[in-house]
Amino acid sequence: MKEETLSHPETPEKRDRVVIRFAGDSGDGMQLAGTRFSESSAAFGNDLATFPDYPAEIRAPQGTIAGVSSFQVHIADWDILTHGDEADVLVAMNPAALRANLGDVAADGLILANEDAFDERNLDKAGYESNPLTDGSLSSYHVMTAPMEKLTKLAVVNTGVKGRSVLRSKNFFALGLISWMFNRPTEPILEWVQQKFGADTPVGQANIEAFRAGFNFGNTTEEFHHTYEVPPASLPKGTYTNVTGNQALAWGLVAAAQSADLTLFLGSYPITPATSILEAIARLKHFGIKTFQAEDEIAAVGVSLGASFAGHLAVTTTSGPGLALKSETMSLALMTELPLIIIDVQRAGPSTGMPTKVEQSDLMMALYGRHGESPLPVVAPRSPSDAFAVAMEAARIAVKYMTPVIVLSDGYLANGAEPWRLPDFDELPEIGVHYATSPNGPDGVFYPYARDEKTGSRPWAIPGTPGMEHRIGGLEKQALTGNVSYDPENHEMMTEARASKIDRIADDIPDVEVHGPDDASLLVVSWGSTYGSVRAGVNNANRDGYSATHVHLRHLNPFPKNLGEVLGRYDKVLVPELNRGQLALVLRGKYLTPTVTLSKVRGAPFMSNEITKKIIELLEDQS
Amino acid sequence: MTTTIEPRYTRADFQSDQEVKWCPGCGDYTILASVQTFLAGLDFDREKHVFVSGIGCSSRFPYYMNTYGMHSIHGRAPAIATGVALANPELTVWVITGDGDGLSIGGNHLIHALRRNVNLKILLFNNQIYGLTKGQYSPTSEAGKKTKTSPMGSLDYPFNPVSLALGAEATFVARTIDMDRDHTAKVLEAAYNHHGTAFIEIYQNCNVFNDKAFQILTGRQERDANRIYLETGQPIVFGENNEMGVAVGVEGAQIVRVEDVGIDAIQVHDPTRPNPGIAFALSRLAHGPSGPTPIGVFRNVQRDTYGDLMEAQIELAKERNKTASIADLVEQHGTWTVE
Repeated sequence: MKEETLSHPETPEKRDRVVIRFAGDSGDGMQLAGTRFSESSAAFGNDLATFPDYPAEIRAPQGTIAGVSSFQVHIADWDILTHGDEADVLVAMNPAALRANLGDVAADGLILANEDAFDERNLDKAGYESNPLTDGSLSSYHVMTAPMEKLTKLAVVNTGVKGRSVLRSKNFFALGLISWMFNRPTEPILEWVQQKFGADTPVGQANIEAFRAGFNFGNTTEEFHHTYEVPPASLPKGTYTNVTGNQALAWGLVAAAQSADLTLFLGSYPITPATSILEAIARLKHFGIKTFQAEDEIAAVGVSLGASFAGHLAVTTTSGPGLALKSETMSLALMTELPLIIIDVQRAGPSTGMPTKVEQSDLMMALYGRHGESPLPVVAPRSPSDAFAVAMEAARIAVKYMTPVIVLSDGYLANGAEPWRLPDFDELPEIGVHYATSPNGPDGVFYPYARDEKTGSRPWAIPGTPGMEHRIGGLEKQALTGNVSYDPENHEMMTEARASKIDRIADDIPDVEVHGPDDASLLVVSWGSTYGSVRAGVNNANRDGYSATHVHLRHLNPFPKNLGEVLGRYDKVLVPELNRGQLALVLRGKYLTPTVTLSKVRGAPFMSNEITKKIIELLEDQS
Repeated sequence: MTTTIEPRYTRADFQSDQEVKWCPGCGDYTILASVQTFLAGLDFDREKHVFVSGIGCSSRFPYYMNTYGMHSIHGRAPAIATGVALANPELTVWVITGDGDGLSIGGNHLIHALRRNVNLKILLFNNQIYGLTKGQYSPTSEAGKKTKTSPMGSLDYPFNPVSLALGAEATFVARTIDMDRDHTAKVLEAAYNHHGTAFIEIYQNCNVFNDKAFQILTGRQERDANRIYLETGQPIVFGENNEMGVAVGVEGAQIVRVEDVGIDAIQVHDPTRPNPGIAFALSRLAHGPSGPTPIGVFRNVQRDTYGDLMEAQIELAKERNKTASIADLVEQHGTWTVE
């Protein structure tokens, strides 16, 4: 291995932010290149937000638009909210990657293309009649090219990597070149390669050599001598980690179990984009955690419900199609009033839909998609790191109110990453759990359906506790005794009791906070992963002189108590959602609020300028 | 052996205060009595028994047991019971299911519980009919059966539950008959003592919608000629004077006259054989029952249970990694500090 250090450019142009998109075939390693670039930027001290976007097929036909995989990262020297509306830089590993992503490149953006892949065959597969790199069609952009495949082959010639494997390292060539151009620290990337592949393995060496070749190509090629630097962000003091939504959910569940002093039990069935939560938690057996990969979605929620009955903090993770399968068991959990956390990492539907693409279209199913009168609490994280706190909140509500709780995350949060300022893990809120161990009725009788006066919840008496033997089940319960009852008055009373218990949670959650100027006549209401782009869109509108405010909901059932009053203050309420207006329908139904829906169902998150544009349109329409 | 200790419990200790609401004459009453009597004879804490059922007539069972119980969802009892058993290995978890619940809507969960060898005792009440919905054919009804939903005869070929369980890698498989309480008690005891999933098919008479389905095994005239009791270590013989027997050859198990083949040619029963082949052959003797039918423990072998393996992995992980803190996890993930 060469020992000389990689030297950085001397006079980079300073930028406060830049958005870079790596795009190539799904086998080209673009997710890896993007992740490594993000991690080295995090280590450098930038704020960042990422947006991985890839097809559901593991290896779609090579060179086609359908097979394009991309990873966008937004780095900045200030606190950012989104992964960026447009890419300032597009790394295009082949013609299909260029064609699929060109629409998202800024008007004066930079395109860095792997010229070796722009041959007749690949151009044809991407639907180009002539080579866009040379036919002048990209003249409004700044286009730079490098023979990435040729140079990668030369770079790895002595590493022992052979045949088709040689070109596998070309993502590291691209990463090296981008690292040069954007003045990234190289150590985090090289160290990672050494840890991941081993410094002395052919693959490890090939990746390192390809990275160096890319970096040095920038250094020695005059064309690349205009370089950029995004200085570190002045983030609040503290310790940070770069975290995806699924990772944060996993950690949040583990933290919740520790705070509640309960064993965590996760029953799950693999489904995109939720699977990595199960994978993350399965590695944590030393916490005493039990994970169970079930035979199907129904069994996954079933084992979790059984574990809850027996006293564990039970969780099941899934996506839309799986939530549909679990709904019958969720109703049983509701009827038996046992704590259970159901995490739905939403994806574009219906049916198999677009499994790797984001959507917020399971809200109605979460709120109302069960048989019978079956209200459940629903909470949603707003960003990858927020998922940690939301997982803990779901657990708190579940055990305090003895109820299943639905967490609505989505594919954008699942895989997107951002820096997370770590809380003091010793100071996390305690989740108090008390199993019932002594009879609560006359003459030593145990009433499994006696309710706590304040919360309305019933006692949790777990099997193995002497003197508390009782039966629960799906048939309607007689109040107090829990015996089967067909009494009409009892059914009505129990239906009310179950609903009232959920409604009372509103007394136990914070009011919504209104963000923005006092004089605004327009309120924007959002929930879930659209937080960043909506908040940025509102801020941008305000900056441009259009007065708008923003409320973001974490609790979707019950709503915070002041929501109705806040909604009533504004002339217009805009509700942007990655669905056809599901939250808006609930707000209209519950508060009789006239709302305007901004709907997007394109398998992609909102861009902040889409929000700003709609705000301006509504405000100008008013005047 | 101790004989002087007073039993801790009576049958009444296992009876809940709920009125039993099965139809008069239902075989479920007999099974309930058999189970309550059996549990009362054990020196095992009552609060450690959990009964989990699905949906169907048989699945009302937990309401009548003064133990912990859950009357759950159609077909899902094995999954829910798996969660209970994995959460607390100290419990004895019973699954009460029927031919519709366990083999139709819940077939998937049943086979996976069996292959995993979760520590569950699964009692499948097989009455070959849907009783709770008043008489439609079930996955164990004989082909051609005329019911309300099959007026011209059912087109379904039925499952043989014992064959199914053996094929699903079960470590303990048995069959008994509701009316034969002594035999039921013996089978329950063997199942209780088995560490792992124990599957018991119980032929249960539905006197309203499928009366006398098991007449050849329960009728005074017929039963001696048709009950083949499987006794460990004994040649498999049956008939009023044990004149009939079972021989196993390349064609599977066959009913033979003992005097025709000689007693040495009769199969000696051994449920502990690692290979389930002979147990499977025995299960094929009768499909239904359609004639002489083996009753007893077909298979009883030891294999690590899912729960034991799960606990062992957790212990191993704890040995390898002494501390379990979120702060450490995040630290290992990679952090940086902003001053």
